[in-house]
Amino acid sequence: MKISVTVNGEKRESEIEPRTLLVQYIRENLALTGTNVGCDTSSCGACSMHLNGEAVKSCTVLAVQADGCDLTTIEGVAKGGKMHPMQEAFMQNHGLQCGSCTPGMVMAAISLLKENPNPTEEQVRLGLEGNLCRCTGYHNIVQSVLACAKGGN
Amino acid sequence: MLPAAFDYKRAGSAAEAISLVSEYGEDAKFLAGGHSLLPLMKLRLAAPSVLVDIGRLSDLSYIRDAGDHIAIGALTRHMDVETSPVLAQHVPLLAHAAGHVGDPQVRHRGTIGGSIAHADPASDLPATTLALGATYVVQGSSGTREIAAKDFYKGFLESALRPDEMLTEIRVPKMNGAGWSFQKFNRRAQDWAIVGVAAWRRGSESGVGLVNMGSTPVLASSVASAIASGASVADAAHKASAEAEPQSDLNATSDYRKHLATVLVRRALEEASK
Repeated sequence: MKISVTVNGEKRESEIEPRTLLVQYIRENLALTGTNVGCDTSSCGACSMHLNGEAVKSCTVLAVQADGCDLTTIEGVAKGGKMHPMQEAFMQNHGLQCGSCTPGMVMAAISLLKENPNPTEEQVRLGLEGNLCRCTGYHNIVQSVLACAKGGN
Repeated sequence: MLPAAFDYKRAGSAAEAISLVSEYGEDAKFLAGGHSLLPLMKLRLAAPSVLVDIGRLSDLSYIRDAGDHIAIGALTRHMDVETSPVLAQHVPLLAHAAGHVGDPQVRHRGTIGGSIAHADPASDLPATTLALGATYVVQGSSGTREIAAKDFYKGFLESALRPDEMLTEIRVPKMNGAGWSFQKFNRRAQDWAIVGVAAWRRGSESGVGLVNMGSTPVLASSVASAIASGASVADAAHKASAEAEPQSDLNATSDYRKHLATVLVRRALEEASK
């Protein structure tokens, strides 16, 4: 089946099997491997990307469901060689250890601040409940998101 | 993990969706947000040969004040139920429970109709709408009918929906200021409830729905009867398991679930009675 999507601002058209998962399409057809696959069962959030501006778990979306939609992956958030403020905040606050969960964390965190620009610490923790960090580095991840919300990185 | 191969059909209207599933029969499944169906398909616990995608039927995504009840389109996403000002005012229990489904990413995709049609006893919204005395509107090739929530759940992942029928609307009575509570007991964020309780109370009237206390969501009628006859909250809560036959699994034994239901129903009714 033919699908047409906009990925990180660029129009892409592909012929795919209907059972192709969105994350598989992004990684294997479009070679955008910044998005990781973790649990593959919609638990861990590593594969989070934005579909029409909202974070989704791309292991549990079919690529055909995204036909005609606007997608943003971790590769698309930096602009003009400058990191996204959320990426900058993660760097400044040591919001990552091994890095495996980081692309999904950053995408979920950007989506969270879009819906709630000034969250409390508890709201950040609840807002990121769909993302697991197996280094258990949650403290600095939460600090990073709060720092980004305050604009102080 | 890839699902088994299937044919994909995208419906442009409810009528077209129903005609497509009628054409392909029991091998066809509706796909809404996909957050119950796709995980099952990836584990090969479900292998429909045709998926009829109803996810773009935006005319079935709405929350409307309909006088004595709120009408919710089946394709309304959990996030939209959670944040609806209309529901916050008239059915706050449902909006609150929707905010406990999965996690934000799941709530961006999953729909209230999908959750109810899937009829998972461990899901939050079937038991919540059951407690609230909701009515489900379904459309099929032979017309539209209404099914009371208490008559809808027939067995594990089984509902009164016929193969060619689609859930189109959920009608939830306004709570008219009733007290309410939602108790979800789980060990980790985003898990299903080991046991959950959705409850409301207005004087001697009450409704209590139980999550994950049997093969279907459970309406704890004995609790409501006890409250109606003047029993204390603590005594009424002891009736929590009267209609329930919970499973034992890795998380809890059946007896533990029954104990938990008593505790959570008591807490829920205490909060709803304030």
